[in-house]
Amino acid sequence: MPSYLVKRLGYHAVLLLAAVCLSYLLASLALDPRSYYEGRQPPLSPAAVDHHLTALGLDDHQPLRERFLHWADRALLHGDLGRTIDGTSVDAEFGRRIGVSLRLLLAGTVLGTVAGVLAGAWTAVRQYRFSDRAVTVISFALLSTPVFLLAILLKTGAIWFNQTTGTDLIQFTGEKSPGVDGGFWTVLGDRAVHLLLPTLSVALFALAGYSRYQRSSMLDVLGSDYLRTARAKGLGRRAVLLRHGLRTALIPMSTYFSYGFLALFTGATFTETIFGWHGMGEWFVNSIGKNDVNSVVAVNIFAAVTVLFSGFLADLLHAALDPRIRKTS
Amino acid sequence: MSPLLDITSLDVDFGGEAAVRDVNLTLDRGEVLGLVGESGSGKSVTALSVLGLLPRNATARGSIRLDGTELLGAGERALTRIRGDRAAMVFQDPLSAFTPVHRIGDQIAEAVRAHRDIGREQARTRAVELLDLVGIPEPALRAKAFPHEFSGGMRQRAMIAMAMAGEPDLILADEPTTALDVTIQAQILDVLRTAQRETGAAVLLVSHDLGVIAGTADRVAVMRDGRIVEQGTAAEVFHRPREPYTRQLLAAVPRIDAPREPRPPTGGTVLKVRGLTRTFPVLKGTVVKRRTGTVYAVDGVDLDVRRGETLALVGESGSGKSTTLFELLELAAPEGGTVELFGQRLGSLTPAEAKALRRRVQIVFQDPMASLDPRMPVGDIIAEPLRTQGADRAAVARRVPELLTQVGLDPAHADRFPHQFSGGQRQRVGIARALSVAPELLVLDEPVSALDVSVQAGVLDLLRRLKEELGLAYLFVSHDLSVVRNIADRVSVVYLGRTVEAGPVDEVFARPRHPYTQALLSAVPLPDPERERERQRSRILLAGDPPSPTRRYDGCRFRTRCPLYVQLTVDEQKRCAHDVPGFEQDGAACHFPRARTVL
Repeated sequence: MPSYLVKRLGYHAVLLLAAVCLSYLLASLALDPRSYYEGRQPPLSPAAVDHHLTALGLDDHQPLRERFLHWADRALLHGDLGRTIDGTSVDAEFGRRIGVSLRLLLAGTVLGTVAGVLAGAWTAVRQYRFSDRAVTVISFALLSTPVFLLAILLKTGAIWFNQTTGTDLIQFTGEKSPGVDGGFWTVLGDRAVHLLLPTLSVALFALAGYSRYQRSSMLDVLGSDYLRTARAKGLGRRAVLLRHGLRTALIPMSTYFSYGFLALFTGATFTETIFGWHGMGEWFVNSIGKNDVNSVVAVNIFAAVTVLFSGFLADLLHAALDPRIRKTS
Repeated sequence: MSPLLDITSLDVDFGGEAAVRDVNLTLDRGEVLGLVGESGSGKSVTALSVLGLLPRNATARGSIRLDGTELLGAGERALTRIRGDRAAMVFQDPLSAFTPVHRIGDQIAEAVRAHRDIGREQARTRAVELLDLVGIPEPALRAKAFPHEFSGGMRQRAMIAMAMAGEPDLILADEPTTALDVTIQAQILDVLRTAQRETGAAVLLVSHDLGVIAGTADRVAVMRDGRIVEQGTAAEVFHRPREPYTRQLLAAVPRIDAPREPRPPTGGTVLKVRGLTRTFPVLKGTVVKRRTGTVYAVDGVDLDVRRGETLALVGESGSGKSTTLFELLELAAPEGGTVELFGQRLGSLTPAEAKALRRRVQIVFQDPMASLDPRMPVGDIIAEPLRTQGADRAAVARRVPELLTQVGLDPAHADRFPHQFSGGQRQRVGIARALSVAPELLVLDEPVSALDVSVQAGVLDLLRRLKEELGLAYLFVSHDLSVVRNIADRVSVVYLGRTVEAGPVDEVFARPRHPYTQALLSAVPLPDPERERERQRSRILLAGDPPSPTRRYDGCRFRTRCPLYVQLTVDEQKRCAHDVPGFEQDGAACHFPRARTVL
């Protein structure tokens, strides 16, 4: 098994390299950083524009081949992704924004996934009862609500709550309140309060989606012969449903889990924007708008790593959950 | 003494539809009651309702008492205490009956712990003991295996071990051997009897197989359409059945000891196969596929089929029977060996010749539901081969009603869909489709194994009649030796991809020479309690499972399980280990063939 995983990692490294090179070439062909400088107010002289572009390694008078080789040497061999179009370090920006995305989404995703799995399993057991139908209706309502609408509804609810209670307990803009100072607990509390709504909005979506998948996978298992065997052995309901039922029904979910991880980092543009967090999603949209080749490439690298890592995680998770996979792979 | 199990006026409905009606059964301590019936007769439902394991949409009325305690209507908690402890179940399909993600030993230990206050380690030790008791080799090691790593026979042994875990008073066995090969079935029935002896439990044995019931049950109850039609001791029911249905059922069972009329000599050879081989690669890797092994699916099969004759190809699952058929039907050059169809050697045919040949060879498949397009009226299904061969509209319109009549169906039903027919009728449609282009050789892949005995008898009669009328030759693949005896003129036995014995049915069945054929014949249960019990004493039980086809074997491939091999001298054994026994037409591929009567 370890050698199998090492081999998988090897394949993934090759794929990653291909993805990175292609995204640089594509970004260089599709984006026009010159137009960004030329559109500046007050206008820059052509010489100044050229100067800026050369400093970024994006001088379009140079052939693409040379620009690519230069970039590849710096980025791939020295791990330096260059500077953003505004002159800051891409690497530094990268590190900062990953942290932001992670804080914004991790808790919500984990919470939503766990709650979704439990809700799905529970509704499967109670198929066609009132509770099952209620969860189904809520899930579909959530799934068909656009992110921004849900976020705005949550915000409205928070405002109403704050006004009714006469406090400003729930905060929904940015990561922290400006100027909060004090001990570790004060800062932590302030951050937690800011996290409340984004976490809730992320969790609700995860819950709605996972509960549907888990419900159908659990239903398959509930009708299976081995669950009947487990009952015939004289096991209690809990052991039958959890140890034999849910444990097996988690197997098909492993794929969803890992690609949920992918969405965690790249799909949260709206959530970030609405709650005023400066994460990866916002960076991606902004850098395309600014024709910022280096930043776009950085985001793409990040997305590629996440995709491949998710796939790898799916393999791992699947093998961990299903003994039938381990031997054959 | 009051009976252990007392079922009185049990009714079961599925969503308002009657499944079981007014069933009355009693079972004494240590007694084996055989519950027999065709599919849909309500026998499994009766067994499941004892432990309250019916599906959710079922409702049961009446009374089921276990040792005086009423079980019907008892709460889930009360039933949980009884399940596995007082009464345990053995299910039919042992692959789907084990949870795939837990180790076999753990699942048995779980059953041990369900009713006993003992530690995890102790329960594991007990599980290993139980596995040992049911004859799993290296039980401590095998307890760590997952269900998919066990063969069908071993899984069923483990299932019995699990049922024994709680030392129950009652074991409910629901078709415990139906999914298994006949030699494995003999092993499992033996284990089941051991389990019964060890625990002293009473057994309710549910089966559609009268032979299985005859050899195991003290008393027998016959079910039909949800009702018990006859009940009595095994001797009474088998030898002096009172009900017409029971008589009908017993008459319909093809028997391996039935007398046969001598068959007339037959015509020229239509199919000649010599040394056929077919391998499949075992591939590994995701991006770059590498060949890491080979499955020797067919590894030396010889066949001769003559005009007007039925050759039965017999073997257990995985022996390469079906692969052999599909190789023949490819009409392409075989991977190894030679195939001659109607004197033409496969591999050198032009496309036009191949097309003409295809008309002369047709196939009937095993599963009549899966092999008929559910969205096509049967008239179109039958007409399709005709159209493929270029028949015009008028010819099709004339042939379809003719064919339906020929197979005993109403020509007016040509516009009905497959699901509107019963299983036996669907198989008749399959036969009509194969006959539509007037073939000379019909290849039948387990054509009756999915059918109930009474329906089976009708289809076998039809096949016999058609052969007479149309002068057909049959290549009849089957794992059921009783059916083979009923329909075939000659038989060819394969083991692990290789022909081990062939000859006229009368001769091979009366004086089998290969030890494998002897074991195979000896394992077939007879629907006759006295003779079957006598046979059990002299039964040749093969040890273990057939070895893996992923390697080639030096010498005789049967020697690992051969009952004769252990009796040989060292020098003789050497010969078995090094020389591959040769196979001649109508012979046995054995170095030391000894004819032996086993029937």
